[in-house]
Amino acid sequence: MSRRSETDVSALIGPYPFRDVPHPDPDVLVRVLDREGIAFAWVGHLPTAFHRDPAAGNDQLYRALEPHRQRLRPAPAVRPDWPDWQRELRRATDEGAAAIRTWPRHWGLDAGHGALQELAMACSAQRLPLVLTVRFEDSRQRHALDVAGDLDAATIRGIARAGTGVKVVVVAASRALIEEVHWGLTAEERALTWYDTSWLWGPPEDDFAHLLRTIGADRLLYGTGWPLRLAQVTRANLALLPDELRSVKLADAGSW
Amino acid sequence: MGAAPLGGAGPLIDVHAHFYHDGCGRANWRQLNASRLSAGRLIGVTWHVGSILGSWGATSPTYFQSPADTIAGNDAMLAMQAVVPDGIRTWAAVNPNDTGLALRELERCSARGAIGLKLAAARRAADPLLDPLMEFAAAQQWPVLHHAWQHRRGPVAGQDASDALDLALLARRHPRVAIILAHLGGGGDWRHTVAAARDVPNLHLDLSGSGADRGMLDCALDAVGARRLVWGADLTLDTGLAKLWALDAIGLSGADRDAVRWRNAVALFPPGAFPGLAR
Repeated sequence: MSRRSETDVSALIGPYPFRDVPHPDPDVLVRVLDREGIAFAWVGHLPTAFHRDPAAGNDQLYRALEPHRQRLRPAPAVRPDWPDWQRELRRATDEGAAAIRTWPRHWGLDAGHGALQELAMACSAQRLPLVLTVRFEDSRQRHALDVAGDLDAATIRGIARAGTGVKVVVVAASRALIEEVHWGLTAEERALTWYDTSWLWGPPEDDFAHLLRTIGADRLLYGTGWPLRLAQVTRANLALLPDELRSVKLADAGSW
Repeated sequence: MGAAPLGGAGPLIDVHAHFYHDGCGRANWRQLNASRLSAGRLIGVTWHVGSILGSWGATSPTYFQSPADTIAGNDAMLAMQAVVPDGIRTWAAVNPNDTGLALRELERCSARGAIGLKLAAARRAADPLLDPLMEFAAAQQWPVLHHAWQHRRGPVAGQDASDALDLALLARRHPRVAIILAHLGGGGDWRHTVAAARDVPNLHLDLSGSGADRGMLDCALDAVGARRLVWGADLTLDTGLAKLWALDAIGLSGADRDAVRWRNAVALFPPGAFPGLAR
Protein backbone atom coordinates (compact mmCIF):
# COMPACT_ATOMS: atom_id res chain seq x y z
CA MET A 1 0.00 0.00 0.00
CA SER A 2 1.25 3.46 -0.79
CA ARG A 3 1.95 5.54 2.26
CA ARG A 4 -0.48 8.28 3.11
CA SER A 5 1.47 9.66 6.00
CA GLU A 6 4.96 9.54 7.37
CA THR A 7 4.42 9.54 11.11
CA ASP A 8 1.66 8.76 13.60
CA VAL A 9 2.46 10.93 16.62
CA SER A 10 -0.08 9.55 19.10
CA ALA A 11 0.37 5.78 19.26
CA LEU A 12 0.87 3.90 22.50
CA ILE A 13 1.53 0.34 23.55
CA GLY A 14 0.59 -1.53 26.68
CA PRO A 15 -2.63 -2.14 28.58
CA TYR A 16 -5.04 0.46 29.90
CA PRO A 17 -6.13 0.13 33.52
CA PHE A 18 -9.82 0.94 33.09
CA ARG A 19 -10.90 -1.31 30.23
CA ASP A 20 -9.62 -4.16 28.15
CA VAL A 21 -7.90 -2.96 24.98
CA PRO A 22 -7.32 -5.67 22.35
CA HIS A 23 -3.68 -6.67 21.81
CA PRO A 24 -1.91 -3.33 22.40
CA ASP A 25 1.38 -4.80 21.23
CA PRO A 26 4.16 -3.45 19.00
CA ASP A 27 3.93 -6.16 16.35
CA VAL A 28 0.20 -5.47 16.00
CA LEU A 29 0.90 -1.76 15.76
CA VAL A 30 3.29 -2.40 12.87
CA ARG A 31 0.53 -4.27 11.02
CA VAL A 32 -1.88 -1.43 11.72
CA LEU A 33 0.60 1.08 10.31
CA ASP A 34 0.91 -1.06 7.19
CA ARG A 35 -2.87 -1.23 6.83
CA GLU A 36 -3.27 2.50 7.34
CA GLY A 37 -0.38 3.45 5.07
CA ILE A 38 1.73 5.08 7.77
CA ALA A 39 5.49 4.80 7.71
CA PHE A 40 6.49 5.43 11.33
CA ALA A 41 4.99 5.96 14.76
CA TRP A 42 6.09 7.76 17.87
CA VAL A 43 5.17 5.23 20.51
CA GLY A 44 4.51 5.91 24.16
CA HIS A 45 3.89 3.44 26.97
CA LEU A 46 0.31 3.63 28.17
CA PRO A 47 0.69 2.14 31.66
CA THR A 48 3.45 4.61 32.51
CA ALA A 49 0.94 7.44 32.66
CA PHE A 50 -0.44 5.75 35.75
CA HIS A 51 2.91 5.11 37.41
CA ARG A 52 4.41 7.60 39.85
CA ASP A 53 7.95 6.93 38.65
CA PRO A 54 8.14 6.47 34.87
CA ALA A 55 11.57 4.78 34.79
CA ALA A 56 10.40 1.16 34.81
CA GLY A 57 7.75 1.85 32.19
CA ASN A 58 10.37 3.45 29.98
CA ASP A 59 12.51 0.31 30.37
CA GLN A 60 9.58 -1.77 29.14
CA LEU A 61 8.97 0.59 26.26
CA TYR A 62 12.56 0.44 25.00
CA ARG A 63 12.64 -3.34 25.26
CA ALA A 64 9.29 -3.81 23.57
CA LEU A 65 10.17 -1.57 20.65
CA GLU A 66 13.66 -2.98 20.12
CA PRO A 67 12.67 -5.43 17.32
CA HIS A 68 10.69 -2.71 15.53
CA ARG A 69 12.93 0.33 15.75
CA GLN A 70 12.85 0.90 12.01
CA ARG A 71 9.17 1.79 12.29
CA LEU A 72 8.40 2.44 15.95
CA ARG A 73 10.27 5.24 17.63
CA PRO A 74 10.07 5.53 21.40
CA ALA A 75 8.36 8.46 23.03
CA PRO A 76 9.26 7.78 26.67
CA ALA A 77 7.81 9.61 29.64
CA VAL A 78 9.61 12.14 31.80
CA ARG A 79 8.18 13.40 35.07
CA PRO A 80 9.82 16.74 35.73
CA ASP A 81 9.08 17.02 39.46
CA TRP A 82 10.69 13.64 40.20
CA PRO A 83 14.17 13.47 41.75
CA ASP A 84 16.89 13.23 39.11
CA TRP A 85 14.32 13.41 36.29
CA GLN A 86 17.09 14.53 33.98
CA ARG A 87 18.34 10.93 34.00
CA GLU A 88 15.25 9.78 32.09
CA LEU A 89 15.77 12.56 29.59
CA ARG A 90 19.40 11.55 29.07
CA ARG A 91 18.31 7.96 28.65
CA ALA A 92 15.76 9.06 26.08
CA THR A 93 18.45 10.79 24.10
CA ASP A 94 20.73 7.78 24.33
CA GLU A 95 17.90 5.51 23.19
CA GLY A 96 17.17 7.65 20.16
CA ALA A 97 13.75 8.78 21.34
CA ALA A 98 11.63 10.68 18.83
CA ALA A 99 9.79 12.72 21.45
CA ILE A 100 9.09 12.99 25.16
CA ARG A 101 5.69 12.41 26.71
CA THR A 102 4.68 13.93 30.00
CA TRP A 103 1.37 13.55 31.83
CA PRO A 104 0.69 16.75 33.81
CA ARG A 105 -2.78 15.82 35.05
CA HIS A 106 -1.79 12.35 36.15
CA TRP A 107 1.17 13.71 38.06
CA GLY A 108 -0.62 16.69 39.54
CA LEU A 109 1.28 19.34 37.60
CA ASP A 110 -0.98 22.27 36.82
CA ALA A 111 -0.62 25.32 34.61
CA GLY A 112 1.65 27.21 36.96
CA HIS A 113 4.05 24.41 37.82
CA GLY A 114 7.59 25.47 37.05
CA ALA A 115 8.73 21.89 36.47
CA LEU A 116 6.80 21.74 33.20
CA GLN A 117 8.71 24.73 31.89
CA GLU A 118 11.99 23.20 33.05
CA LEU A 119 11.13 20.06 31.13
CA ALA A 120 10.20 22.09 28.06
CA MET A 121 13.53 23.89 28.26
CA ALA A 122 15.43 20.61 28.60
CA CYS A 123 13.55 19.02 25.70
CA SER A 124 14.30 22.02 23.56
CA ALA A 125 17.99 21.72 24.37
CA GLN A 126 17.89 18.08 23.25
CA ARG A 127 15.76 18.94 20.19
CA LEU A 128 13.05 16.59 21.41
CA PRO A 129 9.39 17.51 20.89
CA LEU A 130 7.20 17.44 23.99
CA VAL A 131 3.93 15.49 23.63
CA LEU A 132 0.97 16.48 25.82
CA THR A 133 -2.10 14.23 25.91
CA VAL A 134 -5.49 15.77 26.50
CA ARG A 135 -7.44 12.57 27.18
CA PHE A 136 -7.44 8.81 26.86
CA GLU A 137 -11.21 8.34 26.82
CA ASP A 138 -14.43 10.26 26.45
CA SER A 139 -15.20 11.91 29.78
CA ARG A 140 -18.64 10.27 29.92
CA GLN A 141 -17.30 6.77 30.31
CA ARG A 142 -14.55 7.11 32.84
CA HIS A 143 -13.97 4.78 35.75
CA ALA A 144 -14.71 6.18 39.19
CA LEU A 145 -11.00 6.03 39.99
CA ASP A 146 -10.05 7.86 36.79
CA VAL A 147 -10.14 11.35 38.23
CA ALA A 148 -7.24 13.06 36.45
CA GLY A 149 -9.53 14.86 34.03
CA ASP A 150 -8.70 16.28 30.63
CA LEU A 151 -5.57 18.33 30.20
CA ASP A 152 -6.69 21.95 30.13
CA ALA A 153 -5.81 24.62 27.60
CA ALA A 154 -4.23 26.86 30.24
CA THR A 155 -1.57 24.29 31.04
CA ILE A 156 -0.78 23.86 27.36
CA ARG A 157 -0.64 27.60 26.79
CA GLY A 158 1.60 27.96 29.83
CA ILE A 159 4.14 25.59 28.29
CA ALA A 160 3.84 27.09 24.81
CA ARG A 161 4.24 30.63 26.14
CA ALA A 162 7.34 29.90 28.19
CA GLY A 163 9.71 30.81 25.40
CA THR A 164 11.71 27.62 25.66
CA GLY A 165 11.79 26.92 21.94
CA VAL A 166 10.42 23.42 22.42
CA LYS A 167 8.13 21.92 19.81
CA VAL A 168 4.85 21.16 21.61
CA VAL A 169 2.63 18.41 20.21
CA VAL A 170 -0.87 18.24 21.70
CA VAL A 171 -2.64 14.93 21.08
CA ALA A 172 -6.28 13.82 21.54
CA ALA A 173 -7.62 17.37 21.56
CA SER A 174 -10.92 18.39 20.02
CA ARG A 175 -11.61 21.55 18.09
CA ALA A 176 -12.61 23.78 21.01
CA LEU A 177 -9.44 23.14 22.96
CA ILE A 178 -7.24 23.49 19.90
CA GLU A 179 -8.76 26.86 19.12
CA GLU A 180 -8.45 27.97 22.70
CA VAL A 181 -4.75 27.18 22.66
CA HIS A 182 -3.91 28.28 19.12
CA TRP A 183 -5.62 31.66 19.21
CA GLY A 184 -4.23 32.25 22.69
CA LEU A 185 -0.66 32.20 21.43
CA THR A 186 1.47 34.68 19.54
CA ALA A 187 2.45 33.92 15.96
CA GLU A 188 5.88 32.77 17.16
CA GLU A 189 4.35 30.51 19.81
CA ARG A 190 1.82 29.09 17.34
CA ALA A 191 4.66 28.19 15.00
CA LEU A 192 6.01 25.79 17.65
CA THR A 193 2.69 24.16 18.57
CA TRP A 194 1.01 21.30 16.72
CA TYR A 195 -2.08 19.16 17.24
CA ASP A 196 -2.80 15.59 16.22
CA THR A 197 -5.93 14.57 14.31
CA SER A 198 -7.12 11.60 16.34
CA TRP A 199 -10.07 13.27 18.14
CA LEU A 200 -11.33 15.69 15.49
CA TRP A 201 -14.89 15.47 14.15
CA GLY A 202 -15.57 15.22 10.45
CA PRO A 203 -18.86 15.81 8.63
CA PRO A 204 -21.42 17.14 9.16
CA GLU A 205 -19.89 19.33 11.87
CA ASP A 206 -16.66 19.39 9.86
CA ASP A 207 -14.35 20.45 12.67
CA PHE A 208 -11.39 18.94 10.84
CA ALA A 209 -12.09 20.88 7.65
CA HIS A 210 -12.70 24.03 9.68
CA LEU A 211 -9.30 23.77 11.37
CA LEU A 212 -7.57 23.12 8.06
CA ARG A 213 -9.09 26.37 6.79
CA THR A 214 -8.38 28.40 9.90
CA ILE A 215 -5.24 27.30 11.73
CA GLY A 216 -3.85 25.53 8.65
CA ALA A 217 -2.68 22.06 7.68
CA ASP A 218 0.84 22.87 8.83
CA ARG A 219 -0.37 22.88 12.44
CA LEU A 220 -1.93 19.42 12.26
CA LEU A 221 -0.11 16.11 12.57
CA TYR A 222 -1.40 12.66 11.70
CA GLY A 223 -2.44 10.79 14.82
CA THR A 224 -4.36 7.58 15.43
CA GLY A 225 -4.66 7.36 19.20
CA TRP A 226 -4.05 3.62 18.81
CA PRO A 227 -4.63 1.31 20.70
CA LEU A 228 -7.42 3.20 22.46
CA ARG A 229 -9.03 4.60 19.29
CA LEU A 230 -9.82 3.02 15.95
CA ALA A 231 -6.79 3.91 13.84
CA GLN A 232 -9.09 4.40 10.83
CA VAL A 233 -10.65 7.65 12.08
CA THR A 234 -8.05 10.05 10.69
CA ARG A 235 -7.98 8.21 7.36
CA ALA A 236 -11.76 8.54 7.23
CA ASN A 237 -11.59 12.23 8.05
CA LEU A 238 -9.09 12.84 5.27
CA ALA A 239 -11.17 10.86 2.79
CA LEU A 240 -14.30 12.86 3.62
CA LEU A 241 -12.78 16.30 3.18
CA PRO A 242 -14.50 18.60 0.71
CA ASP A 243 -12.98 18.79 -2.75
CA GLU A 244 -10.95 21.95 -2.19
CA LEU A 245 -9.19 20.36 0.79
CA ARG A 246 -8.81 16.85 -0.59
CA SER A 247 -5.15 17.31 -1.58
CA VAL A 248 -4.11 18.91 1.68
CA LYS A 249 -0.85 17.78 3.25
CA LEU A 250 -0.57 17.66 7.00
CA ALA A 251 2.62 18.62 8.77
CA ASP A 252 5.17 15.82 8.97
CA ALA A 253 6.83 15.30 12.32
CA GLY A 254 9.17 12.81 10.70
CA SER A 255 11.00 15.67 9.01
CA TRP A 256 11.90 17.39 12.30
CA MET B 1 -18.90 6.94 -13.50
CA GLY B 2 -18.39 8.08 -9.92
CA ALA B 3 -15.69 6.84 -7.58
CA ALA B 4 -16.33 3.66 -5.63
CA PRO B 5 -18.01 4.31 -2.28
CA LEU B 6 -15.52 4.76 0.55
CA GLY B 7 -17.65 2.54 2.75
CA GLY B 8 -17.64 -0.33 0.29
CA ALA B 9 -20.04 -1.68 -2.28
CA GLY B 10 -23.66 -2.48 -1.65
CA PRO B 11 -26.55 -0.87 0.18
CA LEU B 12 -25.88 1.03 3.38
CA ILE B 13 -28.57 2.32 5.74
CA ASP B 14 -27.80 4.95 8.35
CA VAL B 15 -30.44 4.29 10.99
CA HIS B 16 -29.37 7.24 13.10
CA ALA B 17 -29.18 10.43 11.07
CA HIS B 18 -30.05 13.97 12.11
CA PHE B 19 -30.98 16.95 10.01
CA TYR B 20 -31.51 20.58 10.93
CA HIS B 21 -34.02 23.27 9.99
CA ASP B 22 -34.21 27.02 10.27
CA GLY B 23 -35.59 26.88 13.78
CA CYS B 24 -32.78 24.80 15.19
CA GLY B 25 -30.63 27.67 16.32
CA ARG B 26 -27.82 26.77 13.95
CA ALA B 27 -27.19 29.54 11.44
CA ASN B 28 -25.38 27.08 9.17
CA TRP B 29 -28.19 24.50 9.17
CA ARG B 30 -28.28 24.24 5.39
CA GLN B 31 -24.54 23.64 5.29
CA LEU B 32 -24.84 20.95 7.96
CA ASN B 33 -27.53 19.13 6.01
CA ALA B 34 -25.57 19.45 2.78
CA SER B 35 -22.43 18.16 4.47
CA ARG B 36 -24.26 15.08 5.74
CA LEU B 37 -25.63 14.29 2.31
CA SER B 38 -22.32 14.97 0.60
CA ALA B 39 -20.36 12.80 3.02
CA GLY B 40 -23.08 10.19 2.75
CA ARG B 41 -22.61 10.06 -1.02
CA LEU B 42 -18.85 9.60 -0.59
CA ILE B 43 -19.34 6.83 1.94
CA GLY B 44 -22.10 5.16 -0.06
CA VAL B 45 -25.04 5.73 2.29
CA THR B 46 -28.11 4.70 0.34
CA TRP B 47 -30.68 5.67 2.98
CA HIS B 48 -30.50 8.20 5.81
CA VAL B 49 -33.20 7.55 8.41
CA GLY B 50 -33.32 10.85 10.21
CA SER B 51 -34.99 12.95 12.83
CA ILE B 52 -34.85 16.47 14.14
CA LEU B 53 -34.93 16.59 17.88
CA GLY B 54 -37.30 19.34 18.92
CA SER B 55 -35.65 22.64 18.23
CA TRP B 56 -32.20 21.58 19.40
CA GLY B 57 -32.50 24.16 22.10
CA ALA B 58 -33.84 27.14 20.14
CA THR B 59 -37.28 27.39 21.69
CA SER B 60 -37.37 24.35 23.97
CA PRO B 61 -34.63 22.11 25.34
CA THR B 62 -33.15 19.53 23.01
CA TYR B 63 -34.34 16.61 25.10
CA PHE B 64 -37.59 18.13 26.34
CA GLN B 65 -39.14 19.46 23.18
CA SER B 66 -42.37 21.43 23.28
CA PRO B 67 -45.41 20.40 21.23
CA ALA B 68 -44.70 23.20 18.77
CA ASP B 69 -41.09 22.11 18.32
CA THR B 70 -42.16 18.48 18.00
CA ILE B 71 -44.52 19.30 15.15
CA ALA B 72 -42.09 21.71 13.47
CA GLY B 73 -39.28 19.18 13.68
CA ASN B 74 -41.32 16.36 12.21
CA ASP B 75 -42.63 18.66 9.47
CA ALA B 76 -39.07 19.64 8.58
CA MET B 77 -37.93 16.04 8.52
CA LEU B 78 -40.85 14.94 6.35
CA ALA B 79 -40.08 17.84 4.02
CA MET B 80 -36.49 16.60 3.73
CA GLN B 81 -37.86 13.17 2.85
CA ALA B 82 -40.09 14.71 0.21
CA VAL B 83 -37.13 16.51 -1.36
CA VAL B 84 -34.95 13.39 -1.36
CA PRO B 85 -37.50 10.57 -1.61
CA ASP B 86 -34.96 8.05 -2.80
CA GLY B 87 -32.47 8.65 0.02
CA ILE B 88 -34.13 9.96 3.18
CA ARG B 89 -36.64 8.41 5.54
CA THR B 90 -38.18 9.86 8.69
CA TRP B 91 -38.30 8.90 12.31
CA ALA B 92 -41.35 10.49 13.92
CA ALA B 93 -39.91 12.08 17.06
CA VAL B 94 -42.25 12.78 19.95
CA ASN B 95 -42.22 13.70 23.63
CA PRO B 96 -44.04 11.00 25.65
CA ASN B 97 -45.07 13.53 28.28
CA ASP B 98 -47.63 14.91 25.81
CA THR B 99 -49.20 11.51 25.28
CA GLY B 100 -52.26 12.58 23.37
CA LEU B 101 -50.35 14.87 21.08
CA ALA B 102 -47.63 12.27 20.65
CA LEU B 103 -50.15 9.69 19.44
CA ARG B 104 -51.78 12.16 17.09
CA GLU B 105 -48.37 13.15 15.83
CA LEU B 106 -47.45 9.54 15.16
CA GLU B 107 -50.66 9.06 13.19
CA ARG B 108 -50.00 12.24 11.24
CA CYS B 109 -46.37 11.35 10.48
CA SER B 110 -47.28 7.79 9.56
CA ALA B 111 -49.77 9.07 7.02
CA ARG B 112 -47.04 11.27 5.53
CA GLY B 113 -44.48 8.49 5.25
CA ALA B 114 -42.58 8.21 8.53
CA ILE B 115 -41.28 4.70 9.14
CA GLY B 116 -40.36 4.57 12.82
CA LEU B 117 -40.65 6.14 16.26
CA LYS B 118 -37.81 8.18 17.76
CA LEU B 119 -37.70 8.74 21.48
CA ALA B 120 -35.00 10.71 23.19
CA ALA B 121 -34.79 11.62 26.85
CA ALA B 122 -37.89 13.46 27.95
CA ARG B 123 -39.04 10.45 29.95
CA ARG B 124 -37.08 7.41 31.05
CA ALA B 125 -37.58 4.36 28.84
CA ALA B 126 -39.12 2.14 31.49
CA ASP B 127 -41.86 4.67 32.30
CA PRO B 128 -45.43 3.42 31.61
CA LEU B 129 -46.07 6.66 29.75
CA LEU B 130 -44.24 5.09 26.83
CA ASP B 131 -46.61 2.14 26.62
CA PRO B 132 -49.26 3.65 24.32
CA LEU B 133 -46.51 4.81 21.99
CA MET B 134 -45.00 1.36 21.95
CA GLU B 135 -48.41 -0.15 21.21
CA PHE B 136 -48.70 2.21 18.27
CA ALA B 137 -45.26 1.10 17.06
CA ALA B 138 -46.25 -2.55 17.38
CA ALA B 139 -49.41 -2.00 15.36
CA GLN B 140 -47.49 -0.18 12.63
CA GLN B 141 -44.57 -2.65 12.67
CA TRP B 142 -42.33 0.32 13.42
CA PRO B 143 -38.99 0.01 15.16
CA VAL B 144 -38.23 2.44 17.96
CA LEU B 145 -34.92 4.27 18.04
CA HIS B 146 -34.34 5.26 21.64
CA HIS B 147 -31.65 7.68 22.75
CA ALA B 148 -29.39 6.11 25.37
CA TRP B 149 -26.66 7.01 27.77
CA GLN B 150 -24.34 4.06 28.07
CA HIS B 151 -24.40 3.22 31.80
CA ARG B 152 -26.17 6.05 33.52
CA ARG B 153 -24.57 6.29 36.93
CA GLY B 154 -26.70 9.20 38.12
CA PRO B 155 -28.64 12.16 36.81
CA VAL B 156 -27.48 13.44 33.42
CA ALA B 157 -27.67 17.18 32.91
CA GLY B 158 -30.29 18.28 30.40
CA GLN B 159 -32.00 14.94 29.93
CA ASP B 160 -33.87 12.09 31.59
CA ALA B 161 -31.42 9.69 30.06
CA SER B 162 -32.11 6.00 29.78
CA ASP B 163 -29.47 3.34 29.70
CA ALA B 164 -29.53 -0.24 28.48
CA LEU B 165 -31.10 -1.50 31.70
CA ASP B 166 -34.03 0.88 31.22
CA LEU B 167 -34.34 -0.10 27.58
CA ALA B 168 -34.22 -3.78 28.47
CA LEU B 169 -37.22 -3.29 30.77
CA LEU B 170 -39.10 -1.57 27.96
CA ALA B 171 -38.12 -4.24 25.46
CA ARG B 172 -39.27 -7.05 27.74
CA ARG B 173 -42.59 -5.30 28.27
CA HIS B 174 -43.06 -4.93 24.50
CA PRO B 175 -41.54 -8.03 22.95
CA ARG B 176 -43.23 -7.40 19.58
CA VAL B 177 -41.41 -4.10 19.12
CA ALA B 178 -37.87 -3.92 17.82
CA ILE B 179 -36.02 -1.35 19.88
CA ILE B 180 -32.77 0.14 18.63
CA LEU B 181 -30.56 1.38 21.43
CA ALA B 182 -28.99 4.55 20.07
CA HIS B 183 -25.34 5.29 19.51
CA LEU B 184 -23.30 2.63 21.26
CA GLY B 185 -20.37 5.01 20.72
CA GLY B 186 -22.33 8.03 21.83
CA GLY B 187 -21.03 8.44 25.33
CA GLY B 188 -20.79 6.34 28.46
CA ASP B 189 -19.65 2.83 29.20
CA TRP B 190 -20.59 0.75 26.17
CA ARG B 191 -19.42 -2.46 27.85
CA HIS B 192 -22.21 -2.01 30.39
CA THR B 193 -24.69 -1.61 27.54
CA VAL B 194 -23.47 -4.70 25.75
CA ALA B 195 -23.77 -6.77 28.91
CA ALA B 196 -27.27 -5.48 29.65
CA ALA B 197 -28.49 -6.04 26.08
CA ARG B 198 -27.04 -9.52 25.60
CA ASP B 199 -30.12 -11.53 26.54
CA VAL B 200 -32.84 -9.18 25.28
CA PRO B 201 -33.60 -10.42 21.78
CA ASN B 202 -35.67 -7.44 20.60
CA LEU B 203 -33.04 -4.93 21.71
CA HIS B 204 -30.70 -3.96 18.86
CA LEU B 205 -27.59 -1.78 19.03
CA ASP B 206 -26.76 1.01 16.65
CA LEU B 207 -23.04 1.54 16.23
CA SER B 208 -23.13 5.28 15.77
CA GLY B 209 -21.56 8.01 17.86
CA SER B 210 -18.31 9.90 17.97
CA GLY B 211 -16.80 7.28 20.25
CA ALA B 212 -14.44 5.04 18.32
CA ASP B 213 -12.93 2.91 21.06
CA ARG B 214 -11.02 -0.11 19.90
CA GLY B 215 -12.68 -3.23 21.23
CA MET B 216 -16.21 -1.84 21.08
CA LEU B 217 -17.20 -3.51 17.82
CA ASP B 218 -15.62 -6.82 18.75
CA CYS B 219 -17.30 -6.78 22.14
CA ALA B 220 -20.74 -6.00 20.68
CA LEU B 221 -20.39 -8.69 18.04
CA ASP B 222 -19.38 -11.27 20.59
CA ALA B 223 -22.25 -10.43 22.90
CA VAL B 224 -25.27 -9.94 20.65
CA GLY B 225 -24.08 -11.15 17.24
CA ALA B 226 -24.19 -9.44 13.87
CA ARG B 227 -27.96 -9.89 13.53
CA ARG B 228 -28.64 -7.39 16.30
CA LEU B 229 -26.24 -4.66 15.18
CA VAL B 230 -27.18 -1.87 12.81
CA TRP B 231 -24.91 0.73 11.31
CA GLY B 232 -25.41 4.43 11.87
CA ALA B 233 -23.44 7.64 12.09
CA ASP B 234 -25.37 10.10 14.28
CA LEU B 235 -23.38 13.35 14.38
CA THR B 236 -20.06 12.04 13.04
CA LEU B 237 -19.93 10.39 9.65
CA ASP B 238 -16.15 10.10 9.97
CA THR B 239 -16.40 7.66 12.85
CA GLY B 240 -19.21 5.91 10.97
CA LEU B 241 -16.88 5.34 8.04
CA ALA B 242 -14.04 4.31 10.34
CA LYS B 243 -16.33 1.70 11.91
CA LEU B 244 -17.25 0.28 8.52
CA TRP B 245 -13.56 -0.14 7.79
CA ALA B 246 -12.98 -1.56 11.25
CA LEU B 247 -15.70 -4.17 10.75
CA ASP B 248 -13.77 -5.32 7.70
CA ALA B 249 -10.51 -5.25 9.67
CA ILE B 250 -11.87 -7.50 12.40
CA GLY B 251 -12.96 -9.98 9.76
CA LEU B 252 -16.72 -9.65 9.59
CA SER B 253 -17.92 -12.13 6.97
CA GLY B 254 -19.87 -11.16 3.86
CA ALA B 255 -23.29 -12.15 5.17
CA ASP B 256 -22.75 -10.60 8.58
CA ARG B 257 -21.30 -7.51 6.96
CA ASP B 258 -24.43 -7.08 4.85
CA ALA B 259 -26.56 -7.67 7.91
CA VAL B 260 -24.97 -4.82 9.82
CA ARG B 261 -24.84 -2.52 6.80
CA TRP B 262 -28.47 -2.88 5.70
CA ARG B 263 -30.21 -6.23 5.93
CA ASN B 264 -30.97 -5.96 9.64
CA ALA B 265 -32.41 -2.48 9.14
CA VAL B 266 -34.59 -3.62 6.29
CA ALA B 267 -35.94 -6.39 8.50
CA LEU B 268 -36.64 -4.01 11.39
CA PHE B 269 -38.58 -1.41 9.43
CA PRO B 270 -42.00 -1.91 7.82
CA PRO B 271 -42.07 -3.74 4.49
CA GLY B 272 -41.41 -1.39 1.61
CA ALA B 273 -39.69 1.25 3.73
CA PHE B 274 -36.67 1.16 1.44
CA PRO B 275 -37.78 0.61 -2.15
CA GLY B 276 -35.46 -1.74 -3.96
CA LEU B 277 -34.22 -3.41 -0.79
CA ALA B 278 -36.00 -6.65 0.00
CA ARG B 279 -35.96 -8.46 3.31
